[in-house]
Amino acid sequence: MSYPTRTRALWTALAGAALLFAAIAALQMRIDSHRTEGQGAEGLLLRSPAVVKNLSLGYGSLLADIYWTRVVQYYGERVATRNARFDLLWPLLDITTTLDPKLVTAYRFGAIFLSESGDGGPGRTDLAIRLVQRGIKANPDVWALDGDLGFLYYWHLKDYRKAAAAYLRASENPQSPPILKMMAAHMEQEGGSLQTSQLIWSEIYASTQSKAVRDLALKTLRQLKVQQDLEYLNQLAGEYHKRFGRMPVSLDEMENAGLLKGIPVDAEGYPYILSPDGTFHPSPKSPLAASVSADMPSPAAK
Amino acid sequence: MSGMSGAVALNTFREAVRDRVLYNLILFALLMIGAAVLVGQISIGIERLVIINLGLSAISVFGLVMAIFIGVGLVYKEIEKRTLYSLLARPVRRWEFLVGKYVGLLLTLVVNILLMSVGLAAALFAVGRPLLRSDLSILTAIYFIVLELALVIAVAIFFSCFSTPMLSALFTLAIYIAGVFAWEIRDFGALVHSPAVHLAVRVVYYTLPNFHNFNIIAAVGHAERVPFSLIWQNTLYALLYVTLLLLASATVFSRSNLK
Amino acid sequence: MALPVIEILGLTKDFPTGFWRKRMRRSLDGLTLAVEEGEIFGFLGPNGAGKTTTLKLLMGLIFPTAGTAHILGRSIDDTQMHREIGYLPEQPYFYDYLTARELLDYYARFFGYGAAERRQRVARMLERVGLADAGGVQLRKFSKGMLQRVGIAQAILHDPRVIFLDEPMSGLDPIGRREVRDIILGLKRQGRTVFFSTHILSDAEMICDRVGVLHLGKLRGVGAPGEILSMESHGMEILFEMRAGRALPADLLPRAAQTGQRYRIEVPEAELYGVLEQLRDCEARILSLAPVRPSLEDYFLRLVESPAATPAVEEPVR
Repeated sequence: MSYPTRTRALWTALAGAALLFAAIAALQMRIDSHRTEGQGAEGLLLRSPAVVKNLSLGYGSLLADIYWTRVVQYYGERVATRNARFDLLWPLLDITTTLDPKLVTAYRFGAIFLSESGDGGPGRTDLAIRLVQRGIKANPDVWALDGDLGFLYYWHLKDYRKAAAAYLRASENPQSPPILKMMAAHMEQEGGSLQTSQLIWSEIYASTQSKAVRDLALKTLRQLKVQQDLEYLNQLAGEYHKRFGRMPVSLDEMENAGLLKGIPVDAEGYPYILSPDGTFHPSPKSPLAASVSADMPSPAAK
Repeated sequence: MSGMSGAVALNTFREAVRDRVLYNLILFALLMIGAAVLVGQISIGIERLVIINLGLSAISVFGLVMAIFIGVGLVYKEIEKRTLYSLLARPVRRWEFLVGKYVGLLLTLVVNILLMSVGLAAALFAVGRPLLRSDLSILTAIYFIVLELALVIAVAIFFSCFSTPMLSALFTLAIYIAGVFAWEIRDFGALVHSPAVHLAVRVVYYTLPNFHNFNIIAAVGHAERVPFSLIWQNTLYALLYVTLLLLASATVFSRSNLK
Repeated sequence: MALPVIEILGLTKDFPTGFWRKRMRRSLDGLTLAVEEGEIFGFLGPNGAGKTTTLKLLMGLIFPTAGTAHILGRSIDDTQMHREIGYLPEQPYFYDYLTARELLDYYARFFGYGAAERRQRVARMLERVGLADAGGVQLRKFSKGMLQRVGIAQAILHDPRVIFLDEPMSGLDPIGRREVRDIILGLKRQGRTVFFSTHILSDAEMICDRVGVLHLGKLRGVGAPGEILSMESHGMEILFEMRAGRALPADLLPRAAQTGQRYRIEVPEAELYGVLEQLRDCEARILSLAPVRPSLEDYFLRLVESPAATPAVEEPVR
């Protein structure tokens, strides 16, 4: 071929290639939409950590990093789409920590979110404890994991003795902050109190580097505040009963009696509701309304 | 396809057969027989599932190995041994030769896969159930394997137009693996909060041949129905991509000086 | 004679060399040449002169850096023109899993012949190159000479008007060479044009109408073999044996080289008969008598050095 025609042929080929690529991309989008509708596109190629570790051919830690990103991505996507199924969270964490037993972040993430229930996790405290205990075994120097174990016993299982023991072990590490000793002490004396909960969640909030954990801690702290507010408001209602021989029926009555100034609101700005029986409740519209009381050690347990 | 390409294709097929390419069938038959015998003893209740998974996976792997290792040598061997010289002195254009080589290997693989499919059917029959309507989706899975291999051959030929067989095989394998995990690549990109990375990952995702599209072995094992639209979309996808690769190969090959 | 059948104008080919493929080596330099219909044209040159490069350029296997060429009035880019030409590559190699018959049948398909015509043609060609009995043998079992014959068969399978043969006699024994020469002369009788390359002078001398001499990528001369290859003989070489007890004449002794009872002597043509008389007188047994010719390398060397060698073309402008 002479050179001009060959050059023209080249440009024609390039233009053709560009067109074909565009068509291919468009088609791929259709195929993709198909697949997500059809079968949820969820899958874990290999569920056995031992097999994955063998297949990693010595590149286990690199593969662990990949799986760890999968964990974060998987969890984030589930929460964002309000898809309350977390079937793969445990296997993914299991594989991640088997591939790299030193990946402390993964244990800590698992401690919080494996045990969460409802929209925030699968509610598998048993698996969370198993994971954290494995983490402590592999990383005996990391006091934070002992703290996480204490948290699991305290918050989800309400086993204050075991929780106190875990916090105490954490506090024995010279690098741990002094607050852990205080937590261990609180746990022994008044495991179920609001103050203990607030203390622990504040510590979680302050010490975590994960945004997801921080968000959860903030939300829990606010819910605890709701709890505290309600306790206080109901105390005031009791005071009203003492003075007038009946429960208050409106906020105005409370205000006139000098017990309230203005309308009390929660951390999200939603006013508390006084129900006809004279007790206070969070506004059903408030995101904090789904109270922590189900999980929370009840104040009565004092 | 022109008559020129047809002649080249038939000769390629003949070469493959005489090079004892079909020997893999013996291995496949042994595998199927072994599986049929063993599976009855160890995996009660999922015999069919095991046979289907194993059979389809074996067809896919055998096909893949042949597609890559014969594919990368198709053009190179003819240049290296200079058999191409006397061929190109015929009224054959280079792209016709290339298309002929492509079709010849595809034909070889289709025949091979058909024979393996017969073996799979026999094994399914042997584990003791009449064939069902839902077994039709196994045919779909096999058809998808053919589409997948059609794409792999085109990738192999493309690389072999400017690279040695050894490197071409490596490149083709790398593209195949990347194409199988294209999904993962895209999802990783979604984690990063940089628009530039997002764009780059999307470009890579849509540029790579997406081999994930063709894998429905798991779904078929559980007798899930394959939607018809997926069949035609995958067909069109393979067709477009093969056209693209052959066009690129022909452009490179038509301009190259033969050693 | 009408228009030239092969018309080459300033054909030049550079090949990249070196690791980075930056440097260029010029393999063919501004070749300009025309071959007429019905000619047998010998393309001569030592190994590495650019003969194969020229043929590959003409066949479209490689692409020229500069220059053009036409065969039968059509550009070498035109693959349809290939219907009218045949080509035997240098040291041909064919699909060795095919039999000779299958190979020729395969090649015949590219010209659109029906099955019956293909069978008939293939049989005729095998006959013509002396492989009628070996048609069913796989090519992997063929000797080099047999492959060369298959190569010629495939080149003339479709009755092409122009036939290009790259070193058609190489690898053949004397009988094979003569057969190939006969085939080429037969093609000429049918009015075909034959363009063949060789580095063996005598092959060209015997059958060519014209020859072109290529050296280091440049055409050094074109013309009838007689004028171009003017072969002045260096004289005659006599090989003889002396009977026991007989001595060689004293004047011959310093010129003869002895091995055992055998002697070799080179004499100018003018002295030949005198020397033969002397040898008869001393009852020497003559073993052979042959003209002494310059080797091809000598010939090319002289040609290149000689100012008399007319340059075939002017240097193309670049």
